[in-house]
Amino acid sequence: MSTPVAYDSKIEGNIIFTKLDSAINWMRKNSLWPLPMGLACCAIELMATGASRFDISRFGAEVMRFSPRQSDVMIVAGTVTYKMALAVKRIWDQMPEPKWCIAMGACASSGGMYRSYAVLQGIDRLIPVDVYISGCPPRPEALIEGLLRLQRKIEGEHSFLAQKPALSAALA
Amino acid sequence: MLIKLEASAATKKDAAAIAGKFTVEKQTEFRGELTLVVTRAQFHDIARFAKDQLGYTYLVDISSVDHFGEEPRYEMVYELQNFERVENLRLKYTVSEDDATAPSVVDLWPTADWHEREVFDMMGITFPGHPDVKAVGHLRRILMWDGYPFYPLRKDFPLAGRDSDTPDVAFSRVAPLAGGPFVTAPSTGDTQEREPRSREME
Ligand code: SF4
Repeated sequence: MSTPVAYDSKIEGNIIFTKLDSAINWMRKNSLWPLPMGLACCAIELMATGASRFDISRFGAEVMRFSPRQSDVMIVAGTVTYKMALAVKRIWDQMPEPKWCIAMGACASSGGMYRSYAVLQGIDRLIPVDVYISGCPPRPEALIEGLLRLQRKIEGEHSFLAQKPALSAALA
Repeated sequence: MLIKLEASAATKKDAAAIAGKFTVEKQTEFRGELTLVVTRAQFHDIARFAKDQLGYTYLVDISSVDHFGEEPRYEMVYELQNFERVENLRLKYTVSEDDATAPSVVDLWPTADWHEREVFDMMGITFPGHPDVKAVGHLRRILMWDGYPFYPLRKDFPLAGRDSDTPDVAFSRVAPLAGGPFVTAPSTGDTQEREPRSREME
């Protein structure tokens, strides 16, 4: 999807032909700004992923934004209690489209070991999740793997069609 | 740290002083810590006496116990500490289910504020003298949200929880227990065997 469809070396000035979808997706997937929804111990591994040893900036996702308006991917890292659940949902609703969600760890994916009255049994009960990462906690490598999978998923999206359906139809 | 095997003479004297002035139903000693079972009616006076006269200026903790199926059902446990001797004194009294209230000691130890809110939140015992009651008319929740209708640490409350809805604040749903809670069982097996697993509830 992301491969340029043509490159004419005779044309000088670095012009590349590609599909609009590929270009948009290429830009999106390499600048995913995460919203670190760190709610429990998994957030520690999230921090480690952001720090120099694992260095998530190699994949363009180091710009942790605490404002939902500026973020693209919510990384739910930790135990979502019912007391926190609607706050997470509210922050998710405040994020502008396009947006994605990574459920990091057993708790965010399924409630984990907290099968109890206090814990939401998986953040997917409130918001749509794109990537689930197993582990308690997942190692930073696992989070990076999850991020790469999300990037692969973004590559396959019809971003232009989704954003401008009327224009797409007129062009077709 | 050394495990003290016997309470010091000074702490025993304090216990005797309380027993001399108030009703002490039972006194036990375990590993150098004294526990006095007193009555709810006299508790506030005993607490004041322990703090002002005996030097138990630090309230370490307040907890509550649910003896489900017994009467009186609840028990309050107060852990006091004498800072000078670094010795603890435990005071307990029972609270019946029909009148699940307890005297507030926030006026003596301000730290009791949140402890009492937690006891209310988890066990449903109320403290009519608590500053919340004066301020907003009832105790506020502290771990759960205001509007949550249950008291989760009561023995008759299921671990999986119950459905509840507090619009715009929070909700709760019954958790799928799938064969029981995740618990460890006593075993001499290796770490893999001892790991918490889903087990059938009796
Ligand atoms: S999955 Fe494990 S490490 Fe992560 S928040 Fe839950 S308990 Fe903590």
